[in-house]
Amino acid sequence: MKLTINGKEQEYAGEEDRPLLWYLREDLKLTGTKFGCGVAACGACTVLVDGAPMRACVTPAASLEGKKITTIEGLDTPAGKAVQQAWTELDVVQCGWCQSGQMLAAAALLTEKPKPTEQEITDGMNSNICRCATYQRIRGAVARASEIMG
Amino acid sequence: MPDTATFSPSRRFVLAAIGVGAAGFAVGCDSRTAEATGPVTLTTLGDYVRVGSDNTITVYLRHIEFGQGVSTGLTTIVAEEIDADWSQMRFEHSPADNAKYGNPAFGGMMGTGGSTSIFSSWQQLRAAGASAREMLRQAAAKRFGVDASDVLLVKGKAEAGGKSATYGELAVEAAAITPPAVESLTYKDASAYEFIGKDRDPAKKFGRLDTPDKVNAKAAYALDYAPEGALTALVARSPKFGGKVGSVDDAAAKAIAGVTDVVQIPQGVAVLATNFWAAKKGRDALKITWDDSAAETRSTDAMIADYKKLLAKPGLEARKEGSGAAGLRGAGEIITADFEFPYLVHAPMEPLNCVIDYKPGVSATIHSGSQMPTGDQMTACFILGFVTTGPDGKPAPDTSKVSVTTMLAGGSFGRRATPDADLVSEAAQIAKAVNGKAPIKLMWTREDDVRSGKYRPMNVHRMTARINNGAIEAWGDRTAIQSIMAGTLFDTGAPDFSSIEGSNDIAYDIPNISVDVHLVKNPVSVLWWRSVGHTHTAYAKEHFFDVAARKAGKDPVELRRTLLAKHPRQLAALNLAVEKAGTLPAGKTRGVAVHHSFSSYVAEVADVTVNADGTFHVDRVVCAVDCGIVINPDIVRSQMEGGIGYGLSAILGEALTIKDGAPVQTNFYDYPPLRMNQMPTVEVHIVPSTEPPTGVGEPGVPPIGPAVANALLAVTGKTYAKLPLGAKA
Repeated sequence: MKLTINGKEQEYAGEEDRPLLWYLREDLKLTGTKFGCGVAACGACTVLVDGAPMRACVTPAASLEGKKITTIEGLDTPAGKAVQQAWTELDVVQCGWCQSGQMLAAAALLTEKPKPTEQEITDGMNSNICRCATYQRIRGAVARASEIMG
Repeated sequence: MPDTATFSPSRRFVLAAIGVGAAGFAVGCDSRTAEATGPVTLTTLGDYVRVGSDNTITVYLRHIEFGQGVSTGLTTIVAEEIDADWSQMRFEHSPADNAKYGNPAFGGMMGTGGSTSIFSSWQQLRAAGASAREMLRQAAAKRFGVDASDVLLVKGKAEAGGKSATYGELAVEAAAITPPAVESLTYKDASAYEFIGKDRDPAKKFGRLDTPDKVNAKAAYALDYAPEGALTALVARSPKFGGKVGSVDDAAAKAIAGVTDVVQIPQGVAVLATNFWAAKKGRDALKITWDDSAAETRSTDAMIADYKKLLAKPGLEARKEGSGAAGLRGAGEIITADFEFPYLVHAPMEPLNCVIDYKPGVSATIHSGSQMPTGDQMTACFILGFVTTGPDGKPAPDTSKVSVTTMLAGGSFGRRATPDADLVSEAAQIAKAVNGKAPIKLMWTREDDVRSGKYRPMNVHRMTARINNGAIEAWGDRTAIQSIMAGTLFDTGAPDFSSIEGSNDIAYDIPNISVDVHLVKNPVSVLWWRSVGHTHTAYAKEHFFDVAARKAGKDPVELRRTLLAKHPRQLAALNLAVEKAGTLPAGKTRGVAVHHSFSSYVAEVADVTVNADGTFHVDRVVCAVDCGIVINPDIVRSQMEGGIGYGLSAILGEALTIKDGAPVQTNFYDYPPLRMNQMPTVEVHIVPSTEPPTGVGEPGVPPIGPAVANALLAVTGKTYAKLPLGAKA
């Protein structure tokens, strides 16, 4: 079956229950999507499916036929670029492992709500865990990305 | 888990392997090589500095970058002394080599931990930068035909008499210069610093060196490394601590498409497959009968009860002032409370892993995100039979056959500093069991991480104080805890710092002090967890101090000021944090704590809202830190922010409990890390200092717990002696 990943069509011929995460990381070598918990509890594996955040660790690749999947490697929307610029300006990262997922969640949030309130930022980002607790900078960077988007 | 009979390098091997590194520091300027790799020639000027013909300057990190910022901090020290342009600075993890890259703070063994990276590297990297700078200066003088003293070095260029050359152009000639004697080196005056102490500046592209790759998903972590043909291995380990494999039926596992091998190793049963999903399904399909004859059977409640029984008697003495414990008897009122601290899981976001490529009889290469790469290397040598004869005629690891490439790690918090080299041991045992037929990519799932031990040790502090005439006249702190050091190569036989640090060095001027400890044996494995002993000692000390101060009718902050008069750095941090916190807004409660750890001094003020239903939220934390000379203020801030978040996470909701010898929790849904809605606003203020730089990775953690508990105490009058605090005040 065909999946569209970062604008490129891919033929998926794997097992029906194999999560997208492992297809991305192992077969396509798109290792920017991270493994964190395997149970959709942390958000490290967040990708966008037709623009909406989704947990690649519990979503079978085979369930995404015809969908447009965006990973950190293909995040080139205006919101995505603003997010990456803001993340860089504020030096948000520490270990960095969760940050692909954080940035994709932020890009989805800003696409839907370009001018989020502080509460909307927290609500929109609350399902992504950062064990380094960079949350304060993430909050700041989402707000900064919103500014960059104008 | 399940402690296993794996090889762990003995103290003797480690000491034998430590060369001159332990004696002092060397900048290793005998290491001068020029190597052409493609179009770029790479020239080393000492062990820590490499200059490329492309005009890049790479600093070798003997410490691993796992988020704490050493890739920027260590590089900054060299950039400053070598007079570089920031845009030319790069970093690379050094190879595993104790002689060149040993950490003096680890007795000369390579190691990242104890917040020692900057502290232990400061003088050495200044010297490395200054030495390389002088070699470049002399090379320029020769080339330009001028006196070395006439060469001006600025932003990676040498200039004199109208001529100029970049460091990249001069590097090969510089490598031919005899390095100056370390004693002859001179260092920049702090007033001339271009990078040290300077704030992040996006306009100048001055910031963390690891940011761009981490934002663009190009950062190279160990879990992202997958050599061609590698087999993914998952290990089934005993559910109970101390359990062993009885019998295995692997028929169903082997029937899973993609599963190639099932092998038994000392740590359990390993399933190998061509990809993760197959390995996981294979492991799930194993039918293992566990031999629990020697396994732990207790639950944590029973363990705590056992620990409390010990507390009735004196333990090993760790501190005595005045009459010690006898001072706890006498006039006035005696107050006491048992503080209970649970096991804690490090749970770094990148699950544990490593890759080993074993060529039997020939070599092995390891890719990992390890805090102790030479320990891993030695362990792999012994498991895989790369053994030679040491100077004492006994077997010694042949480290020339086993290389270690240190990759970035997605967090660690102490978990990747394992004296028993747990990950490499498993991977090497698997590689050996399949005779090196393919590179082995060992992976741990989150469940493996949560359920396999190496926790912050559970412990109980029995806190006692005697209050008389409005003063704390005696202080008692008796702990029952498993020692982290016991049985490792760091075991000295005495009560070790990991159990008593922060208790035995209580700074308050109290006339009678008694600190003692019972070191408990327990099959649940334990390990240092960000700030180690201070994770619990600071909480017990600082929260019980407020309880005692209030009992004495004193304002806790004022009493701290009085009793810290002889400790100006703690006092200054305390005063700065309190001053910056300002007036407490209406409707909130406030708590304060101050603590000295890893040679740094941190005070935190927590403003908390307690709601009508008893739930509470930590709204704001004001932090003051004295960490000596600041290399990078923004990284100091980020480490305080992160340390506060990590510590808050633990005291609010983290606990690993054990039932009938097996862990109860499984993953992030029942072992819940802090989330954004729980994160307070954090303001960090740095105490100006000209003292040598000290650590920041850990010292932000200890004060947050007691600061929050003290804020709750201020409104409820309760002592918060059982952790985690949970949802309600």
